[in-house]
Amino acid sequence: MVTHENGGGHGHQHQPPSGFIRKYIFSIDHKVIGIQYLLLALFSVFVGMALSLLMRLHLGWPHASWPFFKGGLMTPEQYLALMTMHGTIMVFMVLTTAPQSGFGNYFLPIQIGAADMAFPVLNMLSFWTTFVSLVVMVCAFFVAGGAPIGGWTSYPPLSALGEIAGPGQGAGETLWIIGLAIFCGASLMGALNFITTLIDLRAKGMTLGRLPLTCWTWFVTAILGLLAFGVLLAACILLLLDRLAGTSFFIPGGLVVTDQVVTWHKGGSPLLWQHLFWFFGHPEVYIAILPGMGVASHLLSTFSRKPVFGYRAMVGAICGIGFLGFCVWGHHMFISGMSPYSAFAFSILTMTIGVPSAIKTFNWLGTIWGGKIQFNCAMLYALGFVSLFVSGGLSGLFLAQPSLDLYLHDAYFVVAHFHLIMGVAAIFGMFAGVYFWFPKMFGRFLNEGIGKVHFWITFIGVYCIFMPMHFLGLAGHPRRYFDTTAVDYLQKLQPVHVFISVAAFITVGAQLIFLFNFFYSLFAGKEAKEENPWHATTLEWSIPSPPPHDNFGGVEPVVYHGPYEFSVPGAADDYIPQHLAPNLVRKA
Amino acid sequence: MRRNHSQRGSTSAALAMAVFLVAMTAITVYIFAAKIWWFPPAITAFGHEIDDQFMRTLIITGIVFVLAQLGLAYAVFRFRDQGQKATYFEGNNTMEIVWTLATVVLFVGLGLYARNAWAQVHFIGAAPGAIPIEVTAQQFAWNFRYAGPDGKFGRTKPELVKASEGNPVGLDSTDPAAKDDVVSSVIAVPAGHEVELILRSQDVTHSFFVRELRLKQDAVPGMEIHMHFTATEPGTYDLVCAELCGLGHYSMHSTLQVMVETDFEKWMKDQEAANQ
Amino acid sequence: MPGSIAEDIEIIDAGHGGGTGTPAGGDDDSGSSGPRRPVPRRAYFTALQLGLAAIVMFFMALASSYIVRKGLGNDWQRTPMPPVVWFNTAILLFSSATIIVARKKLESGARDAFRTWWSMTMGLGVLFLAGQIIAWRQLAAAGMLLSTNPSSSFFYVLTAAHGAHLAGGIFALFYVAFRQWKRSRISQATAAELTSIYWHFMDGLWVFLLVLLTVGR
Repeated sequence: MVTHENGGGHGHQHQPPSGFIRKYIFSIDHKVIGIQYLLLALFSVFVGMALSLLMRLHLGWPHASWPFFKGGLMTPEQYLALMTMHGTIMVFMVLTTAPQSGFGNYFLPIQIGAADMAFPVLNMLSFWTTFVSLVVMVCAFFVAGGAPIGGWTSYPPLSALGEIAGPGQGAGETLWIIGLAIFCGASLMGALNFITTLIDLRAKGMTLGRLPLTCWTWFVTAILGLLAFGVLLAACILLLLDRLAGTSFFIPGGLVVTDQVVTWHKGGSPLLWQHLFWFFGHPEVYIAILPGMGVASHLLSTFSRKPVFGYRAMVGAICGIGFLGFCVWGHHMFISGMSPYSAFAFSILTMTIGVPSAIKTFNWLGTIWGGKIQFNCAMLYALGFVSLFVSGGLSGLFLAQPSLDLYLHDAYFVVAHFHLIMGVAAIFGMFAGVYFWFPKMFGRFLNEGIGKVHFWITFIGVYCIFMPMHFLGLAGHPRRYFDTTAVDYLQKLQPVHVFISVAAFITVGAQLIFLFNFFYSLFAGKEAKEENPWHATTLEWSIPSPPPHDNFGGVEPVVYHGPYEFSVPGAADDYIPQHLAPNLVRKA
Repeated sequence: MRRNHSQRGSTSAALAMAVFLVAMTAITVYIFAAKIWWFPPAITAFGHEIDDQFMRTLIITGIVFVLAQLGLAYAVFRFRDQGQKATYFEGNNTMEIVWTLATVVLFVGLGLYARNAWAQVHFIGAAPGAIPIEVTAQQFAWNFRYAGPDGKFGRTKPELVKASEGNPVGLDSTDPAAKDDVVSSVIAVPAGHEVELILRSQDVTHSFFVRELRLKQDAVPGMEIHMHFTATEPGTYDLVCAELCGLGHYSMHSTLQVMVETDFEKWMKDQEAANQ
Repeated sequence: MPGSIAEDIEIIDAGHGGGTGTPAGGDDDSGSSGPRRPVPRRAYFTALQLGLAAIVMFFMALASSYIVRKGLGNDWQRTPMPPVVWFNTAILLFSSATIIVARKKLESGARDAFRTWWSMTMGLGVLFLAGQIIAWRQLAAAGMLLSTNPSSSFFYVLTAAHGAHLAGGIFALFYVAFRQWKRSRISQATAAELTSIYWHFMDGLWVFLLVLLTVGR
């Protein structure tokens, strides 16, 4: 007998939900969820920036007295807690959420012509799980002992020994680990949804070869997340057991911590944590940057009115970066005591991963070459992205060589490298996305004039903050130092710290301009009445702004063209939307 | 042709972008080239190798940096919207292949070239006759142990560690080999004579870093990690901790004192005498 | 006929999103956009495979930690396998057989038989978990607790992790048996198929862990 497939049931509603809670709080609409993620990231980035400003305040003027510190001065534990939470919140709650779960959630279904994600309820769960993880982590600030001091990398034994290793290493560290474990679950749910949606819900004619590069990056990023977060979850569980249940996965025997012998642990390996953490951690940084690359490609093409140069090479590079990203984790461990032969192997693999990144850079230049470049804010950020990616990426070539890492490891050179790539280039990718997609999401434009002021202060500012850190690194300044007072040669570098701190305050201050622009434009920005103000080609520009509940009005679009058909010879308009039937394309 | 408002605007934006990129590139190149902030001179042979490899890398990445940023600046200005039509091309397979191969050769070649210095540090061990020095890191101090006249390191026990009572490494006084061990808070080495470090940690992971040696190595609890070097220039050099180890990470400071052979021997004798 | 296999195939095929360049450009008929098709059944299988991939990575992290930790240090003491574990394994393998039978019954429309065999599977799953807890008790009685030595730590961690995932599978079994399927996007048969794939995977995973814990001991 034939199995009865219930093909008629749709599961999610035809009608939009009613009631405030179902519409805005526990919504299963991917657009609302995307905005929720973006708001979570927006909140988190301001928290993260505030933490870093406090750090820079201390680093710039370590002996100045501030009223908000007990006794006027910051303590080392406060500094290290700020540093730990700054890194954690920025990496997880900003860089892993906004580009992927924020913009990806909102625009992936639309760009592939779907009505929603494959599993809308799972989508909602993944957001609220992320929210819970943020709450748990922030709670670490408020427990006895305060937030953990082990850095976002949380190396044992420092992170595994508990209170005796330092303040914040008690309840604070435990909450941090639990919050992170919850985040792993949320990310896995999201990754599953993204990949399934991309594989199975593409509209007719939307072949893989016609996917916008934004979708390709969301796709590969989700695959990275799917395969990496399970490993971090395992590591977190083992670390938690070491802390709370007396196991010794990561803690060796014979330890003496401030004259107290640790008899209840033996035989574990601190390096095991590093392997597990970085096996996750390296794909994680590609999770942070890939969507920004997708947005940059997308915008450079759209606002040069030219196709992306070498679309297939770009796709190959995205996949190459994703695959190689799983093969290079050892480059974080050159100095760790790992086998030097393994180190060398990791080094060559790491140099190799520079190749697809270089290909993408060449192709970005090729995309704007011969174009008709329009300088709206979205494009300015995309161009800024390219410059920053070059600056940040090239320092990686130094760090990938273990012989150079002998000097540069754990110094400010590394801090410069990852901030330029993650803390700036990836953020610029997000800014570009915001300026580009704001009119579609909210039916209004962000103010371009204010946006340009924001761009220039930020662009100049981030170079002023992070370029000098290379020089601190060359001078041998270790990272995670509370201050420079103990070491003469570090003291001499203090003027550089002052410069960086001043630049940081100005740049972070400028982000208030963005915040103002964002919220002001939400209510009073210039209306974006037309569906496609940018004359772009991808499917989101074929529907109203903001989009209706089911995106395409119950109809499934059909795709006829690739995603970057700009200035096609013989066409009257300088763009051909993907969904425009060929017989409807106006000829010149 | 008549340029409209947005096209005029594009000239000022393009100009600003191009000027900034050129200025940023120039300033960055200048600071690197003028070595305004730079490493101190190296005092080991492999240190010089490392410096050479660094310069090779700097020159190559510097050229790429300049070409990329200036290329961006040029493209941004030259192809700003002035009412022209964009040129439609989807790519160029030949160029893709060429620059991919060039990049592979350049990057992997650079990586392979770096093998030499790394091999000198890590693929070969200390030669016999190297002076062994045990380095024990703890929150938040460095301890250095010399084997003393008997040439043997005595037994240590975690339970005997009492920094406040002058036994920071937990020497077991019942072991005769331990009696002549010298424990110092600074590390002294003779110039021109190979030294073997045995890195240990009592509590959490620390990292031994002396800039002039061009050497950094994590001291991991539960592991004994061997390093070796020959310092060539007498002098006093800063030793700092380079792995976050807790509150006092920034204050974990000591010195490497490279002494002329005769001075070192005198220092050693003074330390041994103070032991009695 | 609604719900026929033919329609299933059509849905699966159409849900693939174009494949080799369909529709042909310029042809109005095949090119017109139409009413939206529902989320294809295929998506659930894709999602399941992805979920299993993530679970594999999680257990691979634990398994490789096991192997690495064993190779270090000298405090590894072989953890004796509590005898009840073999009995539990047999139960789990048997439950894989019962779930196959249950699905066959569902396919042939014998709903009562389906319920019987399905409930048997649920029961066996619960029995397995109970047996694992007994195994833990046996180990604890022999003085091997979570923190006793790394071998015992891993025994508890690996069995607990597997048990937690199996409990999820048992929850899925309950869900398939008791949920109202009329208003769902997929049929009960599809849900049963998905659950059984997960169940067999848990079975296979257990065999893998067992080999690790015995041979790799």
